[in-house]
This record gives sequence, structure tokens and C-alpha cells, in this order.
Amino acid sequence: MSRSTTRFDTKKVNSELVTLTYGALVAQMIKDLDSTEDVSKQLERLGYNMGVRLIEDFLAKTGTGRCLDLKDTADKIQTAFRMYLGVQPNVANWSAAGDEFSFVLDNNPLTDLVELPEDLKNLKYCNLICGAIRGALEMVQLDVQSWIVQDQLKGDQNTEIRVKFIRRLEDAMPAGED
Amino acid sequence: MADETLFELLHLEIVNYVLENNEIKNKEKEAKDEDLSVIEYIGFSTGFRIIERLTKEMPRFKDELDTMKFICTDFWSAIYKKQIDNLRTNHQGVYVLQDNGFRFLTRLSNGKQYLEAAPRYVAFTCGVIRGSLANLNINCLVTAEVQNMPSCKFHIQVQRS
Repeated sequence: MSRSTTRFDTKKVNSELVTLTYGALVAQMIKDLDSTEDVSKQLERLGYNMGVRLIEDFLAKTGTGRCLDLKDTADKIQTAFRMYLGVQPNVANWSAAGDEFSFVLDNNPLTDLVELPEDLKNLKYCNLICGAIRGALEMVQLDVQSWIVQDQLKGDQNTEIRVKFIRRLEDAMPAGED
Repeated sequence: MADETLFELLHLEIVNYVLENNEIKNKEKEAKDEDLSVIEYIGFSTGFRIIERLTKEMPRFKDELDTMKFICTDFWSAIYKKQIDNLRTNHQGVYVLQDNGFRFLTRLSNGKQYLEAAPRYVAFTCGVIRGSLANLNINCLVTAEVQNMPSCKFHIQVQRS
């Protein structure tokens, strides 16, 4: 076993591994579940579960502190995109009230090598990302909503993920404890 | 994607999803068995595709053993971040790959307590191996054996016909 271990571009392999594994999972879900809406919902839920754990990893690796405002939060999620997906989205389209914004991705590694067949055009393939954002932010006491506005898989120019701030979560004490 | 955490979390969620789905099905049939074949199949699809992308610029393998060596070294490092620690074969189509610190098991407790849950976390990889070899025209059966976490043995039995 003397071959060198540097034969492959690790970054690329990592990225393709996630893409292909995710693709296999989505394909399986489409087989398991009856409607594409159910699949989209499940994907969001899986993303949520991942986000809940991912934030821990993010905070540990970056040593980042509290966010001052939502703009700050957006910047940090932008960093997370770069860390985990290797792409840098633009933060754009702030609402007038400053409680809603979008991440615009020029390319989305999750959808590399992916093509949606005609009958699955309403599948929200990237819902995993929305779920991850929601899950991660919930762990830092931010209740947000996240959804896909534009999707390259459906022929749009960019992939746009919208995030809307709902409210700050207060620490809830377990029942019976003061 | 610069980070490996994502893949580990995704794998975790696949296991979760399949088990949850099982539970729903089992309620209907009142069966108790844990069915890991779906996880294995997801692994199979992944392995079948990833090997094609990894080997597309490589010369043809000399023989079966050469292919196995590739799986143990380059392939394993690409996916599991380390090489297989030990490869054994009886030269009649049985290969045993031993990984003393298997990536998906190192995050679990090392004691005996969760040994029962270990098969869930190796099923995907059995599929990956089977899928990769299938794409290289080696049909085989892959089973895994976990005695002491986090070490794991993969038994590959080549099907000749």
C-alpha cells in the first residue's frame, strides 16, 4: 500500500461525495413518499436536524461571538456557506424593515450534477439548506423562516434563498424549575 | 466544500430518516426487524457514481487484487480520510478490510453500550463498497463486522459466475 494519498483533489471529492449522497437520498425519498411536497418537507426537516448540530461546529471552529443585529447574522451565515459549501453567496434584497434578506448563490454545489425531470419540477431540491439555516439559528435563539425564491435547477439565473426574521426566542425553563 | 462535518451529518440524517421510515412501516406490518437495506442501497448508488468520477483519468486496474488495493488506499483516504489498516485475502475471492478507526464510528462511545447500534452506521459503507466494485465490474457481497468500536471489518465476497 504505497500509493500516495494525494492523488485526488480532496476538496472536490468531498464536495462530490456530499452531492452524490444527497442525490441518492432524495431519489430514495421520492420512492418512499407519495407527493413531492412531502419530500420537500422531509428535506427541510433533515436540514433542520443538521443545522441544529452544524451551529455547534461552526461556533467551535470560528470562535465567533454574539451577533449585534440581523446584518451581522447574515454575514456570519455567509461565512458558514463558505465553510461548509465552499461558495460565497451575496447577501442582498433587504426588506425596508430590515427583517428579511436573501442569499444569492451563483452556483450551488448541492445541485452540481443534478437535473430535475419534468414531473418533479415542483420539488424543492435545496430545501435542505433552508432547513439548516432555520435549525442553526434556532439554536442561537432566533426564530426565522427560510424558503427558496429562485432555483437554478428550475432554469433561474441564480439560486436565491430568502430568510425572514420572526422573533427572538426566550430561554424557556423546563417545567417545575425556577 | 472544504468541510467534512457536512458529510458526517448528512450520513447521520440518512440513518435517522431510514430508521424512522422503518418504524412507520413496521407499525403496519408489526415486524420488529431493523431493515438496513435502504441505507445500503443509498450507499450503493453513491459508491457506483463516485467511483466513476474518481477513476475516470486512471489506467485500467491490473486485476482484482489491484482494484482492492486501490479501494483500501486512495479510495478509502478520499472518503474516510485514512487508509484501510489491514487487507487480507484468501486469493479465492474473499477479502477482509479492517479499519481500526472507522470514520462513522469514531464519534460513538467506545464501550460495549452502543455496539448494537453499530450496524446502522456501517450499512451505508457496505453499500458504497459494493457499488464501487459493481461499477468496476466486480460483483460482490459486502458485510461488516464490528466487535470493538471504533474498529470495523468489511468482508467482501466476490461473486463469480
